[in-house]
Amino acid sequence: MSYRRFHAIFRKEMLHIMRDWRSLMMALAVPLLLLLLFGYALTLDVDRIPTVIYDQSHTQQSRELANRFSGSRYFEIVSRQGGYAEIVKGIDRSKVLLGVVIPRDFARHVESGEAVAVQLLLDGSDSNTASIAAGYAESLVLAYSTELREAQLIRRGSGKFEPPIDVRVRVLYNNEMKSRNFIVPGLIAVILMIIAALLTSLTVAREWENGTMEQLLSTPVRPSELLLGKLSAYFLLGMADMTIALIVGVGVFGVPLRGNMLLLIFCSALFLFGALCWGIFLSTVTRSQLLAYQLSLLSSFLPAFLLSGFIFAIENMPWIIQQFTLIVPARYFVSILQGIFLKGVGVQVVWGQMLFLGIYATLVFTLANRKMRQKMA
Amino acid sequence: MIKLSNVTRRFGRLTAVRGLSLEISESEIFGLVGPDGAGKSTTLRMLCGLMDPSEGAVEVAGLDVGKHLDQVKDQIGYMAQKFGLYGDLTVEENMLFYSDLFGIDPAERDRMMAEYLEMTRMTPFRDRPAAKLSGGMKQKLALMCTLLHRPRVLFLDEPTNGVDPLSRRDFWEILYRLAKEGMTILVSTAYLDEAERCNRVGLMHKGRMIHCDTPAALKAQMAPYCFRAEAADHRAVRAVLQKTEGVLGAEPAGAALHVYLLEGARREDVERASGARLEPLEPSLEDVFIALIRREESHAAA
Ligand SMILES: Nc1ncnc2c1ncn2[C@@H]1O[C@H](COP(=O)(O)OP(=O)(O)OP(=O)(O)O)[C@@H](O)[C@H]1O
Ligand SMILES: [Mg+2]
Repeated sequence: MSYRRFHAIFRKEMLHIMRDWRSLMMALAVPLLLLLLFGYALTLDVDRIPTVIYDQSHTQQSRELANRFSGSRYFEIVSRQGGYAEIVKGIDRSKVLLGVVIPRDFARHVESGEAVAVQLLLDGSDSNTASIAAGYAESLVLAYSTELREAQLIRRGSGKFEPPIDVRVRVLYNNEMKSRNFIVPGLIAVILMIIAALLTSLTVAREWENGTMEQLLSTPVRPSELLLGKLSAYFLLGMADMTIALIVGVGVFGVPLRGNMLLLIFCSALFLFGALCWGIFLSTVTRSQLLAYQLSLLSSFLPAFLLSGFIFAIENMPWIIQQFTLIVPARYFVSILQGIFLKGVGVQVVWGQMLFLGIYATLVFTLANRKMRQKMA
Repeated sequence: MIKLSNVTRRFGRLTAVRGLSLEISESEIFGLVGPDGAGKSTTLRMLCGLMDPSEGAVEVAGLDVGKHLDQVKDQIGYMAQKFGLYGDLTVEENMLFYSDLFGIDPAERDRMMAEYLEMTRMTPFRDRPAAKLSGGMKQKLALMCTLLHRPRVLFLDEPTNGVDPLSRRDFWEILYRLAKEGMTILVSTAYLDEAERCNRVGLMHKGRMIHCDTPAALKAQMAPYCFRAEAADHRAVRAVLQKTEGVLGAEPAGAALHVYLLEGARREDVERASGARLEPLEPSLEDVFIALIRREESHAAA
């Protein structure tokens, strides 16, 4: 290992990056664009849920419950006098997302302290939104029925007041349920993947295609110097992107960073390193820019986007796909990111994920280093 | 300085180099010629350790290339057939990059760079991106990059391909100078006038070295089989000659035909059978080259 040769490779890679406006665009403009897109336009926030209420009870209590729904900013009442038919028709046409059926004996059940069976009908075709809507509706109904029981107990004057069991759904860590708050941290994983998968995967293949690799192999440069030189250049680029994402996320969008910034940076470096090694590995093995690019799109960028829990909740995926996500490094990184950003957790919580990322990086680095040793044929 | 012992290289079912043995001594300029696909590049790549031979041993500067590749790389300069420098880097940046890879002392490097740029008349183009250089300048840049570390052995794979005749002259001037300073040079070329400038020439055909000698000896050896036929109607005479027994080939050369005879064929017999008059010919390397390949092909057919 010679520092001078390593540095020569590093410097040369930096020159390539700086002089190719396409790679610069990919490296700097695309991440910014993604941040703005997800931060501003594409909010997954659930509010003003179009709701139909089917009141079979027609009591003062049931009307009060309906009022609670219409008073909440999460629900928008389409109709208070609907029926099953109207709810189903509305859901079919995507005009309605939630139907609330208040049963005939609602008031009596509540007062006698029995379980209340308010039926919720949901449009499950968007399972994320549906489960969030269900959560809101459930907690609203529970809150109201608890209140009713409380009032009744007091009215009866039973000597001591038994606090009812409060089964309220409380949304922890992201109380306002702002999707931006969990999208932006997850986006860091996707942005790092752009550098790793879409830029790095080209770098060795390009040298094979242009014939510059043949010339390089005739010099005393060692495979590890070549690998580390290239890795360092793209690593720097990735960390620059990480910084941009951090500044825009926290500074512009006000995403809370509750945990330790150094831990965040360290984990990102760990993830980035593994991802870069994978890109270089593909590039080395295929020796074709097109093939390396496509393979890396399929094997790293898309999983980071779709299977990491960044947008789509892993719990809602089919079992087999859930198992598959276990080998997607981005999954662990996204969970670290959301943990550090939103919950402010430390090493004692995320060490398992970090261990996975560390093992992954070591493995892929070894693999890439071994493949780099190749002869021409 | 360079030694190949019974070297064979296969690519799947294709044998690119077959049982090649060769020794080249210090400060010799050795020319490797042969038609496309003869195995010239494969031979050079094996000598630089870019490919391993399937059989046989390769030795450069007294070192086994298979065993001491890292030491060998410090001693050699290799210029690939395809331009292998970075188009988006300038002339100077490319040179600095390679001098770093070879670990050349900065003071020495600056002196060398100035010297080589002067020698190749490239000084005005220091800051030009390599992609924007002419073909000849690209080749000169590539040569400079392989020379920076003062290699003892230089391997050049068709270095003057697509270079204009004037620049080719320049290029060869440089090679002569280097050889005089003691560098051993193995150069493959498709130009036979260049082969003429080498101390020795090896002719490769289908992976085999079919002849290897000094240009003068090669010509002397083939002179008895090379003739000239004057003819008013080229095509007709050529057609007749090609069918005549004992004739290896008849190729148009300017106003005349150059006729190559089989070993053992007699000039008088051919003249009688074809009706053409054959004059003795002082063959060029090109004649030798064509005649030898024809001979090889007729052996293969037989
Ligand atoms: N990496 C490889 N894989 C498979 N076949 C190869 C490889 N390299 C060379 N060959 C084959 O080996 C044979 C010799 O190739 P080589 O490049 O050595 O010829 P050459 O004399 O340099 O020809 P040219 O004048 O066209 O450069 C050719 O038939 C070629 O197709
Ligand atoms: Mg060749």
